[in-house]
Amino acid sequence: MAEKAASQVRFQRPRALADVPTHYCPGCIHGIVHRLIAEVIDELEIADLAIGIAPVGCSVLAYNYFDIDFAEAAHGRAPAMATGMKRARPENIVFTYQGDGDLASIGTNEIVHAAARGEHISVFFINNAVYGMTGGQMAPTTLPGMVTTSSPFGRDVALQGFPLRVSEMLATLDGAVYIVRRSATTPKQINQLKKAIRIAFKVQMEGLGFSMVEVVSNCPTNWGMSPLESLKFVQEKMIPYYPLGDYKVKDNVKQLK
Amino acid sequence: MPKVLMKGNEAIAEAAIRAGCEAYYGYPITPQTEVLEYMARRMPVLGRAFVQAESELGAINMVYGAACTGVRVMTTTSSPGYSLMQEGVSYIVCSRVPAVVVNVMRGGPGLGNIQPAQGDYFQMAKGGGHGDYNAIVLAPSTVQETIDLVIEAFDLADKYRWLVTVIADGMIGQIMEPVELPEMKEVERRQQPWALTGAKGRPKNVITSLYLGAANMEKVNLELQAVLGEITAKEVRYETFMSDDADLFIVSYGTAARIAKTAIRQAREEGIKVGLFRPITVFPFPYDELKESAQGKKILVVELNAGQMLEDVQLAMKNEVPVNFYGKMGGVVPLPDDILEEIKKLA
Repeated sequence: MAEKAASQVRFQRPRALADVPTHYCPGCIHGIVHRLIAEVIDELEIADLAIGIAPVGCSVLAYNYFDIDFAEAAHGRAPAMATGMKRARPENIVFTYQGDGDLASIGTNEIVHAAARGEHISVFFINNAVYGMTGGQMAPTTLPGMVTTSSPFGRDVALQGFPLRVSEMLATLDGAVYIVRRSATTPKQINQLKKAIRIAFKVQMEGLGFSMVEVVSNCPTNWGMSPLESLKFVQEKMIPYYPLGDYKVKDNVKQLK
Repeated sequence: MPKVLMKGNEAIAEAAIRAGCEAYYGYPITPQTEVLEYMARRMPVLGRAFVQAESELGAINMVYGAACTGVRVMTTTSSPGYSLMQEGVSYIVCSRVPAVVVNVMRGGPGLGNIQPAQGDYFQMAKGGGHGDYNAIVLAPSTVQETIDLVIEAFDLADKYRWLVTVIADGMIGQIMEPVELPEMKEVERRQQPWALTGAKGRPKNVITSLYLGAANMEKVNLELQAVLGEITAKEVRYETFMSDDADLFIVSYGTAARIAKTAIRQAREEGIKVGLFRPITVFPFPYDELKESAQGKKILVVELNAGQMLEDVQLAMKNEVPVNFYGKMGGVVPLPDDILEEIKKLA
């Protein structure tokens, strides 16, 4: 029995994930989300069809970490690029991977209209309330009062406006069929996130419309916290402002597993 | 093949379709909007991709996306719209993906107006976006030539994996002329070895314009410049008209050249020996060809702008002869008589 158990593979790198170290900071959630996307690509056997689009931001080098075809978009333009690809080659499975500066600030026009048109693409939106790569500036999703390098006195909503709740906003659009918000600070959340990623891909495979999974995420480096402190901040501060849940699940999506 | 009467903008669209354009993404802007409307009618019927984008920025990034998959793709716009596209244009060139963009130029700067103009010459011929690059720039002067050059644009884009632009103007876009259309080209689903099509049975492909480290980026720049060197050596195109015995050369392109031809015929009737040198590629510019054929001649540059190609002509002539200029700005189109008057001043 012991021999048999030892020969069984319990855990391994997903085939869709490249065997290279990432540049992400210790404690960052990007690595978890990358892995989950790769696991789902393996399980759905779509690696041969998949085309990913990396954003500008911390995950700008995502194309190095997946072992599938990948493009690198201009800042915020991934949904337009994905539209161009998917319309030209509908047989492919096209997804974007974007942060909050990319998707919710410079790329709002592209994401809103891709969703409104009901483009058959899957979007993974990592919201950590800060511009990570440029060194911690205020993002459209920075919480009120939160200190960043460009809101050094804390985000003052009278001067710097209010955070954008993207999932709630996109859920109002008829073209969007699956819009959910998840996180990855606990094993349970990670399991729920993986299921959502799977459904987002299935929506595209079944040709049902636009799907987006928002991941409320962390940034230990730019928040000035330890990895554990940053997860606590996600749970206690971020999630109350960005509640986890299903914002749009159209009837024809409900039976997908 | 019999001739049909077609508006320039519709001819641009039909030429692209016959060249095997599989995807068109555009945004309405006068005076090119009929291209978008024509594509909206035709592309879905042919089972090809059409999207009216949310902006020119959206359109050029859709073009970038489709180009990454190796299909033939085009967008069309007019001056302010091309300004908005510069981000995507720079990425497309750096990423070495083929794409075709037609700019039906109008009066500027700013919102300007919707009359024909050539004020975008610098932006079109000298790069336009950030970084070191030029697109291949084709400058037709009639509707028929626009058809021919749109088709050639797709071939050149594929040949060099490069951005090819066609600079028409509001006159060419709006005028109707009898034209001959080429046969419809079969669209084959191509599998370019570099394209993003899903990594089936091959290592993954990555298309990016990000090269961290100065040495890496320099290497990419050297490769881009090597392609531009080859384009410059092989793809120069120009036309001469009544040039053999001419004492005076008009150098002009697009609609300005067309008007100049009429003025030249009138001048010839009055015994003035004047001819035309017309660049068809404004990048690569026919510097050597112009210098050689303009030996011993007086030169008059005619443009619908403040004098932009003028600088290329001066470069070609190496300041050895005076280069005269006549131009109209802001969408004002000169009459042949206006140019004839300029010819007489120099004759």
